[in-house]
This record gives sequence, C-alpha cells and structure tokens, in this order.
Amino acid sequence: MIRLENLTVRVASFCLAGIDLEIPSGSYAVLMGRTGSGKTTVLEAICGLKPVAGGVIRLDGREVQHLKPAARGIGYVPQDRALFQTMTVRENLAFALGIRRWSRAAMEQRVQELSRLLGLASLLDRKPCGLSGGESQRVALGRALAARPSILCLDEPLSALDDETREEMYALLESVQQYAGATILHVTHHRGEAERLADRVFHLQDGRIREQAGSESLPASPGR
Amino acid sequence: MKQAEAPTSRSDAPFHIGLILLSSVYLVLIVGMLVADASFTTPRAIWKILGSAEIRYAVKLSLLSCSLTTLLSLWVAVPFGYAMSRFRFPGKGLVDALVDIPIVLPPLVVGLSLLVLFQTPPGRLIEKVVPFTYAIPGVILAQFAVACAFAVRTMRVTFDQINPRSEQVALTLGCTRGQAFWQVTLPEARVGVLTAATLAWARSLGEFGPILVFAGATRMKTEVLSTTVFLELSIGNLEAAVAVSLLMIMAAVAVLLVVRFFGLEATFGKAV
Repeated sequence: MIRLENLTVRVASFCLAGIDLEIPSGSYAVLMGRTGSGKTTVLEAICGLKPVAGGVIRLDGREVQHLKPAARGIGYVPQDRALFQTMTVRENLAFALGIRRWSRAAMEQRVQELSRLLGLASLLDRKPCGLSGGESQRVALGRALAARPSILCLDEPLSALDDETREEMYALLESVQQYAGATILHVTHHRGEAERLADRVFHLQDGRIREQAGSESLPASPGR
Repeated sequence: MKQAEAPTSRSDAPFHIGLILLSSVYLVLIVGMLVADASFTTPRAIWKILGSAEIRYAVKLSLLSCSLTTLLSLWVAVPFGYAMSRFRFPGKGLVDALVDIPIVLPPLVVGLSLLVLFQTPPGRLIEKVVPFTYAIPGVILAQFAVACAFAVRTMRVTFDQINPRSEQVALTLGCTRGQAFWQVTLPEARVGVLTAATLAWARSLGEFGPILVFAGATRMKTEVLSTTVFLELSIGNLEAAVAVSLLMIMAAVAVLLVVRFFGLEATFGKAV
C-alpha cells in the first residue's frame, strides 16, 4: 500500500502541499496530470529522490519519508529508463542482487527468470546503447523488479514508444503485475494508458490529487 | 517596377571563401611552425642530442613528474568535479571562480605565488619535512597547481554530461551514494577521466614559468624538457633547443591522438 498524508514537497520555486493519496496493496494505480503538474515530483518523493518538507509517506504501513531510497523497497523505472550504459543487460538485471550480495547462482537464476518473463533472453550479453525503446523499457522494468520490491513506481513508462510496442508493453505490464503482485504507481498524461491498465485512476490538478469518480470500481484489465 | 531579387538566389560563395581564408591563416601558421622545426634539424642530430646525460635526465624527470602530477590531479579532480556537478552549496560560484584562477593567472605569477607561499610559517614547516623550493617536489607542485585546474574543469563537464538519473536509480536499487558513484557514475565517466588525465599530462609537460620561478632550472636536478629548451636557448644552442622542442611536439601529438581516438573532441573543447 502507498499512502501519502498531507505531503509537502518543494523543488526550487515549485511547491506541492497537502497531498493525500491512498493506493491499496496490489492495485495498479495511474496518476494523471498535465505536464508540469508535479506527477514526477510526487513519484520521486515516494522513491526518496526528492526531500519531503512535511507530511508522511507510508509504504505497506511503514513510515518512510526519512528513509534513504535504498531502504524503501521500491522498484523505480524513470521516464528515460536510465539504464547503466557500461553494463550488459544481464548486469543491469542483476545489479540490485549484487548490491544485496546474492550468490552468483541465485543471481543467474533470477536473471533467467526475469529474462523469460520480459523476453530478454537473446539480449542478455548486449550493452544498452543498441537496444530499441521497447527493449530498453523491458530491461528497466526487469532491473526494477529483480529484488522483488512490493512497490513499483513507473514514470511515463510508455512514452516515446510506437503504437505496436505500446500494445506489447500493455500486455507485459499486465503480466508483470500478475507475476510480481506488487502495488504499482504509474505516472502518465496519456488517458489511454489509464483506461487500459488502471484499477484506480488519480488526477493531479492544481496541487491536489483526486481519485477519478468510480475508478475504485473499475473492472480489472483483461488478463488480471 | 523592377522586382527585387529574392534573397535566396544570392550566392553563398563569398561567405564560404571568407571562412576558408580566415581559417587557413591560422592553419598555415601552425603547419608552418611544425615544418620549420622539423626541417631545422635531422633525426641523426636529435639522436645525438638525446645522448646527452643532461637531456636524458630532463626527459626522465619530465615523464616522471608529468605522470605523478596527472595522478595527483585526477585524485583531486574526480571528487572535486563530481561535487561541483552534483551538489548545491553556499559559495559554489566563488569556488567555481577560484578553480579558474590558475588557468587565467600569468604562469610566472603562479610560480611566484608558490615561492611566497613556502616563505610563510606553514610553508617553512612543510619545507622542513619535504623540501619543495628549488627541488623535484617543487617541479611536481608547480605542474599540479595549473594542471589540476584543467582536470577539475574537464571532470566537471564530464559529470554534468552524465545523466544523474542512473545514479538515482542505483540508490533505489539499494546503493549508498558511494556505491552508486563507484559502480555506476565513475565507470560512465571513464572517458572523461582519460581526457582529464591526458590534458593534465600535456599541460604539465608544457609547464615552464611556475617551474622556473619555484623549482629553478638546475641541470641534473630540477631540469625538465621545457626548461631544457630555455637553457639551451640561453647558451645559444638553437639546434638542441629545437630537437627537444620536437620531442615535446611528438608527445603533444601523441596526446592529441589518444584524445581523438576516444572521441573526446566535445569534452576537450568545452573543458579548455
């Protein structure tokens, strides 16, 4: 579960104050809003990448606003994917596991598992620079999922993808949620993504987050 | 009424000719200098001059001091450039300006300032442990004082060009800031580190004024290649001065080739 209580985040002259949000465990929530409305700022505050000026962030009941990003147990996929350019796809996928000192065999097993789920088996030894947008996005997803986080934060994960790849990614995100059982917060300004993927739809407008009326009773997407 | 000529029908030739002519003047000057140096002496004469014990000593000291200066410069420039690129702190503008001082100061002033610094009580204390003035450590310090500024600038540009987002992702994946730096950012900066190293090395090789003032130009003691050129000129041995200059030109060309090979023109250009 992700819960924001009266959250205040300041970035230079930009300020979001009094933000409240509750996303039940296991939900696929989409946060929508215009460009510049502060969607990414909220996401980064949850991940611990933007300092919080006030309020509370609870993840699965635990107060985390004072914890470092590493201690929050979140898988984060930024808009530009930010793959580690000097590492192979395999090393990108195994990165969080290496930090946690998993054994070599356990890491390889997890990498194989993720590569099957995300269709990356043929790309494992390649560097990110030659990958297509869809392939990069799948690697970024795999890297975020590797350590089995209970929460996944996706910042515009389908932007800059062509229609065909976008369709593939819809199906993939659905199967990822089914597989990982994580609470997903997906930030976008694309209504189609919300209609296709979301259990819950939230709008960030004029510094307030409001849940779209009736979105809590939206039918689960096909495949879920 | 006669219609005015459309602007797009005018020829671009005068503009292109102007560009070529003005650029050529400088290119001709550079090539002219190199050709004049090369034609002034012969490989046999260079070989003979290299046989001199004094010049062999200067070559060795130059290679050693430039390499040590490069290591020291990187040791400082990597964390300094990273801090300047990633953190905001009070007085950052002042710190940024201070780093530029060794670049814009006249070289002789850098040497004189070092000399004066080591006449102060803390400086004299250091001299009791490691003698710098008119000694080999002074050569390295004089080179470091200027070369490090170039290395810091290069590393700052390098880290500015690296997406901080990768580092942030590493933090969410479980890294401390230090782990994110060593495992993600520094490997991505390796090309910039190499550029900073080559710049620092080349800059140290060409350093003359600060070394002359602070470390002196004593044969078989603090003589490096740049001071050799000066010493040979001062005794009228133009051929030896040119031969040593050619050695330095070859080293500079080698550095340029290394930089070009790694495709660093952009960083190189912005850093200097």
